[in-house]
Amino acid sequence: MSDLSQQFAARIRAAAGPLVLRGRGSKDFYGNAPQGEALDVSGHRGIVAYEPTELVITARAGTPLAEIEAALAEKGQMLAFEPPHFGEGATSSATLGGCVAAGLSGPRRATAGAVRDYVLGVKLLDGQARELNFGGQVMKNVAGYDVSRLIAGSLGTLGLILEVSLKVLPRPVAEATLRFDLPEAKALETMNQWAGKPLPVSATAWCDDVLTLRLSGARAAVAAAVEKLGGALVAASEASQFWAGLREQQLDYFAGDEALWRLSLPSTAAPADLPGATFIEWGGSQRWLRGDIDAGHVREVAAKLGGHATLFRGGDKSVGVFHPLAPALAALNARVRSALDPRKVFDTGRL
Amino acid sequence: MHAHPPEHRIDEDTRSAVLAELAALLPASALLVDFEDLKPYECDGLTAYRQLPMAVALPADEAQAVAVLRACHRHGVPVVARGAGTGLSGGATPVNDGVVLSLARFMRILEVDPLARTARVQPGVRNTAISEAAAPFGLYYAPDPSSQIACTIGGNVAENSGGVHCLKYGLTVHNILKLRVALIDGEIVEIGGDALDGPGYDLLAVMVGSEGMLGVVLEATVKLTPKPQVAQVVMASFDDVIKAGNAVADIIAAGIIPAGLEMMDKPATAAVEDFVHAGYDLSAEAILLAESDGTPEEVAEEIAAMRAVLEKAGARELRVSQNEAERLKFWAGRKAAFPAVGRITPDYLCMDGTIPRKHLAHVLTEIARLAQRYGLRCANVFHAGDGNLHPLIMFDASVPDELERATELGSRILELSVDVGGTITGEHGVGIEKVQQMCVQFSREELEAFHALKEAFDPKRLLNPGKAVPTPRRCSEYRLTGSAK
Ligand SMILES: Cc1cc2nc3c(=O)[nH]c(=O)nc-3n(C[C@H](O)[C@H](O)[C@H](O)COP(=O)(O)OP(=O)(O)OC[C@H]3O[C@@H](n4cnc5c(N)ncnc54)[C@H](O)[C@@H]3O)c2cc1C
Repeated sequence: MSDLSQQFAARIRAAAGPLVLRGRGSKDFYGNAPQGEALDVSGHRGIVAYEPTELVITARAGTPLAEIEAALAEKGQMLAFEPPHFGEGATSSATLGGCVAAGLSGPRRATAGAVRDYVLGVKLLDGQARELNFGGQVMKNVAGYDVSRLIAGSLGTLGLILEVSLKVLPRPVAEATLRFDLPEAKALETMNQWAGKPLPVSATAWCDDVLTLRLSGARAAVAAAVEKLGGALVAASEASQFWAGLREQQLDYFAGDEALWRLSLPSTAAPADLPGATFIEWGGSQRWLRGDIDAGHVREVAAKLGGHATLFRGGDKSVGVFHPLAPALAALNARVRSALDPRKVFDTGRL
Repeated sequence: MHAHPPEHRIDEDTRSAVLAELAALLPASALLVDFEDLKPYECDGLTAYRQLPMAVALPADEAQAVAVLRACHRHGVPVVARGAGTGLSGGATPVNDGVVLSLARFMRILEVDPLARTARVQPGVRNTAISEAAAPFGLYYAPDPSSQIACTIGGNVAENSGGVHCLKYGLTVHNILKLRVALIDGEIVEIGGDALDGPGYDLLAVMVGSEGMLGVVLEATVKLTPKPQVAQVVMASFDDVIKAGNAVADIIAAGIIPAGLEMMDKPATAAVEDFVHAGYDLSAEAILLAESDGTPEEVAEEIAAMRAVLEKAGARELRVSQNEAERLKFWAGRKAAFPAVGRITPDYLCMDGTIPRKHLAHVLTEIARLAQRYGLRCANVFHAGDGNLHPLIMFDASVPDELERATELGSRILELSVDVGGTITGEHGVGIEKVQQMCVQFSREELEAFHALKEAFDPKRLLNPGKAVPTPRRCSEYRLTGSAK
């Protein structure tokens, strides 16, 4: 446990230009290239409070995600949004602060919710080095605007996250993974139909005409769904390897340096008419695409299908990593950013 | 508390200019200016505080709503959006010399997409109307405030409303995909999207729960949830509130997230039993309702597990609903708790703090002590699963100083919630009612950040002014005089 908030405050006060906040760098690849001086926040770490029966954990931003997940696992609980670590090597380097700032969620997102859905509170240092608390350690809280959820996914451009409180959930008792041979359009339709039924689906993945589906929940519910849906049952060890591989993008599909696009679409959107191999998650809402495809074209197609496109990894970032916003929304985003950081201490351009 | 409706004065010229402009923009039936027409709008569910607005506008479409906003913005006239007026914190209480923008005529369900499991609706659509429209597809809109027959989705978004099933299915913020919002200057922004996320900052999170102070919701796309095959509820009675509180923690510790987990204390049970005749155990100090939903097998498994936990925790009587009618009967009392208490007292104030559950015993003991000190009765209804406590303070406004004592007691209860690490409001919003307790929960700098955020949306501070976020001056006054314990 170490508290470095005073040091960070001093750095913020002394900052002449923007500060690029960095945990252990597991998500350096993500977002526009930030402009500014690096500030390593990974030393500010430690679990501050964890009470399993309150379903809440509070930890400093530099705490390794792995440490948090281990503490939760010991009590039979988990981070339901399955955040990807994207750490190199065997021991993940991802930190809690980076996880919240990047706002990335894993395979369970479509059914369990995203990072932002589990953020209960944050402690921040703002651009004037003031320590601010928003939200709290309780499940329901509508006092004041919900700044803590706004911080999720803000990529360090609104303030320095010192501490986060997250809602946690019990791990499911039972799990089963099924495989089905289905072409893309049919797989999309099937995923959407099943999502409309009271089935304990917790994750879906489609690639190369194979749909993989994970069921999680009470033993009886999972067993009943396995019976009902048919398909080929995947052995437990292979299944857990597959879902972990997907969460960390270590499956073959994600290998190599080719650009990786992320299309965030309505789950029912038709298959995107774009070149490149496709991998579908989140019941059809998250679709990956490999290849050096023209950014303007990808974005046009994504927008027509009702969503947006992000250049997730690789490729030429000069096209802008994130989908351009409509003018009125862009102006509002800019006003919100400067409202919270008028000195532009965190205005690194990463988002 | 010592709430009062916000003041805002405009001069006579501005007044006649804006009224003339509104009269030109709206059909006569959509602009109310006479005393008797304005009267129904003088308060929301927080009836202790009333204020007549200058006018009420009832636009029928987006163009009219935007025109009203533009006119008010140009003339510097405050605007208070209003749904069904069931809010309990004075969020929709008018501002004098301001315009109430009623969304009552925006009541169309624009689209239900069963495959995508979404509904696109206008803001004046009632919460239950969405579930009714989705029912033929085996879907429903999950957040279920007890006021759901009356309250609107626009109001739900503004308050981030919850309900008895939110422990498992989330609050409003977890169930909204996209909002079409008019800013005070009439500009339209679409926030969120039809996908699960949108580019840019998560402004959806900021809009939800913003109490009508950042923008006016003109359309909402909500998520629909598959209706569980079956649901069953266990009703457990305890001879001790603390045992009941511990039983809640035990259920969670057993790895169960019930579909609903609610508690009522003895005074609350007595009030509702008299009203709905649900068969509650009147001699119990506390009653717990724990619901399970899902497939029949799953529910059987979970109910058995919960029974075991509750028995071990010392429940003295357990009843499991045997059919849907009985399940609804068990819930009817809980859902009618506010009106039931309303029947046994001329007036009541409903508090809304959330506390870490482990402090329940301490908080209930303190509330009882405080109630005695202020010479008032208090019944407690508790969203036990998520720690959201509704003490209902009973009083008689016609007795001199009872309102004063009730609001004082309310203030102390809210401060108590903050003291134990909780919050002054879990789902009803700050409004005018709890604006001073914001000074207890937030520092001057945090409140400044809220004001800055407000100005990013509404630089002239015309949307619902004087609500939810106190000025630094009000806080210094309150800190000097108000919170003496
Ligand atoms: C008997 C009873 C039981 C209740 N039970 C619950 C409960 O279980 N859970 C719970 O959370 N709440 C509950 N409430 C409180 C209340 O019903 C909710 O806060 C509800 O969401 C308010 O909706 P409304 O349409 O009545 O909004 P109103 O009261 O009209 O307005 C509430 C706020 O929303 C703003 N607003 C309204 N429409 C819009 C719009 N289109 N755009 C922007 N802002 C808007 C208003 O300005 C105001 O600030 C209860 C109230 C009563 C009377």
